[in-house]
Amino acid sequence: MKTYSYLTMTFIVLATVITGCKDQGENSNGALTSNAAERVYVEPGKFDEFYAFLSGGFSGQLAVYGIPSGRLLKVVPVFSQDPEKAYGYNEETKPMLNTTHGFIPWDDTHHPDMSQTKGVLDGRWVFMNGNNTPRIARVDLTTFETAEIIEIPNSAGNHSSSFVTENTEYVIAGTRFAVPIPQKDMPIKDYKGNFKASLSFLSVDQESGEMDLSFQIRLPGFAYDLVHPGRDKSHGWVFITTYNTEEAHTLLEVNASQNDKDFIAAVNWKKAEEYIKQGKFKTEKAEYAHNIYDEDTHMATSTIKNEVRVLDASELPGLVYFLPTPKSPHGCDVDPTGEYIVGNGKLSADLTVHSFTKMLDAIENKKFDGEAYNIPILNFEDVLGGTVKQPGLGPLHTEFDGKGNAYTTFFISSEVVKWKLGTWEILDRKPTYYSPGHLSIPGGNSRKPWGKYLLAMNKITKDRYLPTGPEVSQSAQLYDITGEKMELLSDFPTIGEPHYASMVPAELIQSKSKKIYRLDENKHPYATTSDANVKVEREGNEVHVYMTMIRSHLNPDNIEGVKVGDKVYFHLTNLEQDYDVPHGFAVIGAENSELLVMPGETETTVWYPKKVGVWPFYCTDFCSALHQEMSGYIRVSPADSNTELTWSLGD
Amino acid sequence: MNLKMKSVAVLFSLMLMACGGKEEKKKEGFSVERAKTTTEKPQEAAADTGTPASERVELENKGVGPITSVELGAEIDQALADKGKEVYDQMCVACHRPDKKFIGPAPKGILERRSPEWVMNMILNPEVMIKEDPLAKDLLQEFNGAPMANQGLTEEQARSVLEYFRTL
Repeated sequence: MKTYSYLTMTFIVLATVITGCKDQGENSNGALTSNAAERVYVEPGKFDEFYAFLSGGFSGQLAVYGIPSGRLLKVVPVFSQDPEKAYGYNEETKPMLNTTHGFIPWDDTHHPDMSQTKGVLDGRWVFMNGNNTPRIARVDLTTFETAEIIEIPNSAGNHSSSFVTENTEYVIAGTRFAVPIPQKDMPIKDYKGNFKASLSFLSVDQESGEMDLSFQIRLPGFAYDLVHPGRDKSHGWVFITTYNTEEAHTLLEVNASQNDKDFIAAVNWKKAEEYIKQGKFKTEKAEYAHNIYDEDTHMATSTIKNEVRVLDASELPGLVYFLPTPKSPHGCDVDPTGEYIVGNGKLSADLTVHSFTKMLDAIENKKFDGEAYNIPILNFEDVLGGTVKQPGLGPLHTEFDGKGNAYTTFFISSEVVKWKLGTWEILDRKPTYYSPGHLSIPGGNSRKPWGKYLLAMNKITKDRYLPTGPEVSQSAQLYDITGEKMELLSDFPTIGEPHYASMVPAELIQSKSKKIYRLDENKHPYATTSDANVKVEREGNEVHVYMTMIRSHLNPDNIEGVKVGDKVYFHLTNLEQDYDVPHGFAVIGAENSELLVMPGETETTVWYPKKVGVWPFYCTDFCSALHQEMSGYIRVSPADSNTELTWSLGD
Repeated sequence: MNLKMKSVAVLFSLMLMACGGKEEKKKEGFSVERAKTTTEKPQEAAADTGTPASERVELENKGVGPITSVELGAEIDQALADKGKEVYDQMCVACHRPDKKFIGPAPKGILERRSPEWVMNMILNPEVMIKEDPLAKDLLQEFNGAPMANQGLTEEQARSVLEYFRTL
């Protein structure tokens, strides 16, 4: 995200805003002025109306909240190791974090976006991007677990991702940092004209959800910031904001702010599909990892793929057009009808809205204002749909309520502004605490918003909660948007820095949520689905313990004959078939995390015994009244000992 | 509290060792805990005749749950029993060894003491049984408070397991 450098300007502006907004701030006491408490209070035992999936930013995770209560339901590890669930620590999920850079246990998650059917959010999957080591993940909403991660080659700074088309035909991923493609050793100062960017189209299997890197479009080396696939009438197109059209390679806060306008790139992906069909692509070498978690074997596999199909936007006419947009736009947002494309120009005084109809007309009648790398630049006035005058400072992101209204966050002036599509008049403004990035309305980026709530995600919370040292949390603030004026209902701290959220009515997901894994469907190669098969096997210095867990014992719970220098695999199968009876497993000195094994599931942890002795292991998840008793011992003998390999329970 | 009890126990054993001399040292562990079973037994048996719940015969008790009547054939249905063994080996054996007391009671000879309905309700509806059926409540006490797990068997599966029990 860009920092705002014009310090002096900002100070002057802020001072003006603070004075200007003083009255308004005092009038809108937020929650105190109404029965807000009742509207966010969800009785114990009652369910929330909406699920909210908030990206965890630099925590690399996806946080699931209930709305309107703001109760945290689950943290789904995606690009980060999670010792709570053993994700990225156990043998089964380590391959999920494999890349061509090796095992990468962290990423910076930004934009969760949900699968759609006919332009409506459908509750099947949430896709989310890893910004740092470019990756796209798919989280399965029956298990709330990461089911797939695909690395994006020819990309760097995978920020303008992972946005979903109307029927989940594609998940689209852009490039924030242009790079040499293919990568090579060259001087940084030769960036201009030599560095390039990629727009990746990942097709999605409608049954399994599995992604495939179908093709990439090669674009000039600008910074591509945010993406919004067309909706309804503009379905088949995708719009992307750009900055640094100056192609600066140093001191971007100044050098990438020189042009009066950057662009919104309009990409015709239906045309791209035609070009692919006609064979107008080049197959290029490009290594990337594709990692899939198999729910039957409870294991992930990582495959390295080697090539990608590339369409060059500079060579293929009709594929890409540039719409001039003031200035360094961040969010790129398409309204539910597909007609309006909002460019949130961070450094612009006004909000610029392009018209899709006018864009088509400008293309047809060649109303061009030059070209960039052979890509036509459309004439600004000929594509402009309207302007929201002086709405606030630092607009970042806009969503829609489906009733003709748009809502935009303003980072610098710290507010949400409601305005009307078509008339461009400002209807309401409410402060946020403080400095929001994105906002989210359930379905507010699709054809069908459920325009009841708005969640603003704030970067700064300094004086909002009890202090917790220098590091304080980010926050989400919930507004009721059913009335003419927005009402602040509540705010709650969040995990990591939420950059965006996808919200949907709970009924789209809750009935499909899985409760257990069936033992008779467990195809894990090291599963022990019956106590009759409990055993310990030695293969050289590798020892495999096939252990079961059920309330309230581990079988076996006495193991002897393991030696210093062995590599011990504990394969734990939870024999429970009842909802909400996971068991955990930990052994002294393990260099990884606990295991948390769901009913019917098998998980494996590796342990290197280093010290002679008798060492305990135990269940880590309070499972029953006799949870404390759920434990055992493993005897570790010297490397040269002859202790016989034995195992037992209750003998 | 657990820790407290443990430290008391440790102290106690230290005292024993200190006072006991050589003979005491040879003993493994210590015997104070035995007293627990003898003091607790009369308490729980007060409800009945003193027979442990696992040995009581209650053939009229159908238990609490979906099963109100079960027809047992004159002959054992071996195919059904085989199916039941398969289910039992996957879902039950972790806590119930066929012919010896383990975490829970052994199913061998169960139909001499329980009605088939009670057995199936215990399999299908354990959470309610240990709260509402007096016999199941007593069994929970007898078996160290380890509650029967609901393994999500279907009625057909539970019926097959019952048939398997007849073969034991």
